[in-house]
Amino acid sequence: MTTPEEGGKWVLLSYRMPREPSTPRIAIWRKFKRLGVAQLGDGLVALPADARTREHLEWVADEVIEAGGAATIWLAQPGSAAQERALAQSMADARTAEYTAVLAQAEQARTADEATRRRVLRKLRAELRRIHRRDYFPPPARRAAETAVNSLNPDRPDSEENQPA
Amino acid sequence: MKWATRANIHIDRAACAWLIRRFIDPDAHFVFVTDPDQVPDDATGFDMRGVGLGHHGDHCSFETILHRYDLTDPALQRIAEIVHEADLDDERFDAPEAPGLDTILRGLSMIGDDEHTLAITKPIFDGLYEYYRRATILGGREPA
Repeated sequence: MTTPEEGGKWVLLSYRMPREPSTPRIAIWRKFKRLGVAQLGDGLVALPADARTREHLEWVADEVIEAGGAATIWLAQPGSAAQERALAQSMADARTAEYTAVLAQAEQARTADEATRRRVLRKLRAELRRIHRRDYFPPPARRAAETAVNSLNPDRPDSEENQPA
Repeated sequence: MKWATRANIHIDRAACAWLIRRFIDPDAHFVFVTDPDQVPDDATGFDMRGVGLGHHGDHCSFETILHRYDLTDPALQRIAEIVHEADLDDERFDAPEAPGLDTILRGLSMIGDDEHTLAITKPIFDGLYEYYRRATILGGREPA
């Protein structure tokens, strides 16, 4: 096989689960959301392959099997560079939506009192950490969200409070 | 006794290896494999697919081993929470130590082999254990 431009490695989880009970299905679905997987089709999800993503999907596979389903793990390469770009873009778009939501919350708290700003700052920092962990193709919105969150810190020289009047 | 786990160890496997050697089998000999089929017949597998001492439900392997060997030491329970968060990161526990420890382990795996990681992490886990052992005695007050 010849590929003009060799794509990156992806780890795929193909799975099938019984419709009932729904609790394990929901648990798996939550894990997928936390991991930020790309949904390639019904019962097929993907992540860019590294030791960590592969391990996470392997444990999910075991969980599916323990719940009476079937699951297999595959290492794959996209058939074309365009296909991979589209996949990466869809994952970056999903993160952009999350960063944009964080940015909006930070903007909203910008002129609030100091106690509120500190509280929102803590909350949004935790939220950013969660998003970072599933951010495999960092979009431009990432930096904007980080900047907006950091500027909520009343102790920072660039915060609203410390601007010259 | 012989114990086997997946090569290129990170937080959960490093912590399990420390736990096994210190609390279960002082003469533990570790084998690192790349496929579950390579686990020697006379070895006990841990933190890999298809073995008893792996992830179960919401537990990481370290928690599974504590449970399986009836290790109820509160200091070990605290380390289990940290390992759980560093490995699974599902916010089940409040463990601010976890992201730092995870970063250290990831970095270690980049600069040396598994034996090296085990050698470096042994005193790290010994120290963590001592810290939380003293914290338990002090009723939660931070040991100096």
